[in-house]
Amino acid sequence: MTVTELLPLIGIPIVVAGFALKFNPLLVVTVAGLATGLSVGMDPGTLLETFGEKFINSRSLAVYVLILPIIGLLESYGLKERAQDWISSLASATSARILMLYFVLRQGFGALGLTYIGGQAQTVRPLLAPMVEGAAAARHGDLPQHIRDKLRAHSAACDNIAVFFGEDIFIAFGAVLLMDAFLKENGIAGIEPLHLGLWAIPTALAALAIHMFRLVRLDASIQRDVDAWKKTNASNANEVTA
Amino acid sequence: MSALITINEIYYLIGVILMLLVGMTLRDKGNPKRVTTALFWFLFGSVFLFSDLLISTLGKPMAYRIVGVIVVLISLIAGCGLLSIGTYKQRNAEQRQASANKLGNWLFLPAILIPVVTVLCTVLLKDVAIGGMYILDQKQLTLAALCVGCICAILAGWKLTGGTPLHAVRESRRLLDSIGWASVLPQMLAMLGGVFVVAQTGKSVQEIVSLFVDPHNRFMLVVIYCVGMALFTMIMGNAFAAFPVLTAGIALPFLIVGQHADPAPLVTIGMLAGYCGTLMTPMGANYNIVPAALLELKDKYLVIKTQIPTALTLLVANIFLMYFLIFR
Repeated sequence: MTVTELLPLIGIPIVVAGFALKFNPLLVVTVAGLATGLSVGMDPGTLLETFGEKFINSRSLAVYVLILPIIGLLESYGLKERAQDWISSLASATSARILMLYFVLRQGFGALGLTYIGGQAQTVRPLLAPMVEGAAAARHGDLPQHIRDKLRAHSAACDNIAVFFGEDIFIAFGAVLLMDAFLKENGIAGIEPLHLGLWAIPTALAALAIHMFRLVRLDASIQRDVDAWKKTNASNANEVTA
Repeated sequence: MSALITINEIYYLIGVILMLLVGMTLRDKGNPKRVTTALFWFLFGSVFLFSDLLISTLGKPMAYRIVGVIVVLISLIAGCGLLSIGTYKQRNAEQRQASANKLGNWLFLPAILIPVVTVLCTVLLKDVAIGGMYILDQKQLTLAALCVGCICAILAGWKLTGGTPLHAVRESRRLLDSIGWASVLPQMLAMLGGVFVVAQTGKSVQEIVSLFVDPHNRFMLVVIYCVGMALFTMIMGNAFAAFPVLTAGIALPFLIVGQHADPAPLVTIGMLAGYCGTLMTPMGANYNIVPAALLELKDKYLVIKTQIPTALTLLVANIFLMYFLIFR
């Protein structure tokens, strides 16, 4: 293995460093592309041509633009409010059950392409985390910060995992179209985005099963945490009085 | 044989929507960087409206070169922080709650129409032709079907809410602004993947892998691809960026060409193995670090720590799913 054989890899450390130093990803990607092309001896004109060709050939990645108007319209007529009312009318009691219900809904909506219903800023902070904490507080009384943090982290994790492994079922999602573009670019024909979406289903089900298994045990684990905390609190209190 | 709804017409439609948004952004006095923001979307939209025209009038090399320059300009605008979010005339919370109550679960209908119509059209309208003309573009069947689905959804939404299609486009500016430069990232990463293909980056990865792995050991190759996707995604912070390099370097030569694996489940599960990496890395800041800040967690890695058990188990599940699904 010689240095020339490794030169085409130059773009990778650039992407890594660029993302790590928090430069704008578009700029990082462009610079990595320029560096890779120049390092293997392409002249700048040809390199620009390659940029343009690949960018034009992957235009299909932008079809989500067609979906935004209808989502925007429905949102302005209360789509999120309706979804929230629905969750709160269905969810009864425990933290884990609320998280499970949210997980299923978020994954289901993601599979339908509705990734904008939900999200860390839009749903988790204002809605999910308070509901999950509220349910635990109703059951165990006042909660210490570390247990609150644990419930909040679970809320955030639920949102991420559900949407990651739901959205790939939807054919207009970027990842599916990126794979489609990659296959066509490499001369593998006869595969539709729809097929790729279908093959995401087994992993989606595995994610559902694995995360549900963890959530089933969450209520009991919170109970243990609360008991342990009360115990140390009580012994601390005893020491003070002693 | 041509088709009634072709992929090019869909690109024009995207271009028209983007140009409408450019006009609205230019008139938005509340956007502190409205001119550069509008320029960004104008450049992006012009790729959709004018690419075909450029290719037919100037020829491919010149047209590609012009678009190449546009791409560099787009990334410079984003890189210099010249994009910003506008102001929007929105219906207020009471109005939204009132229509949510009035319309009830019917509100979900137009949204659900998109995937349902897309799947139905893909299955039912394949190979269907009227008067020597296919109804849907046969080369990009799913995307043409998706376009039909979106149009059905807009019409249903119009009927249901009374908000016109133009109103819908106006509302979409808020969403597109909030996605911002990230909306161009998938295409940029596809482009980087393309440059990697031309530069034969995958070949270098392939040579490194072949130093360590027996190319006939199917299970080991699957493990290397899945774990490689997860690790590489953890480093790059993004499965999209890891995908073209590792798929060209490992999946394509060793599994698809070498072992005749089925490409569709292979690449899909490969990408999802990458997502397991996203759950475990602070580089995936939007998903892991930002929420920790939003939720005011004392330990900013607590979300990642909470996700690791699911991510690792799922990575193992993906390895076995891939192994059993690609060699049926």
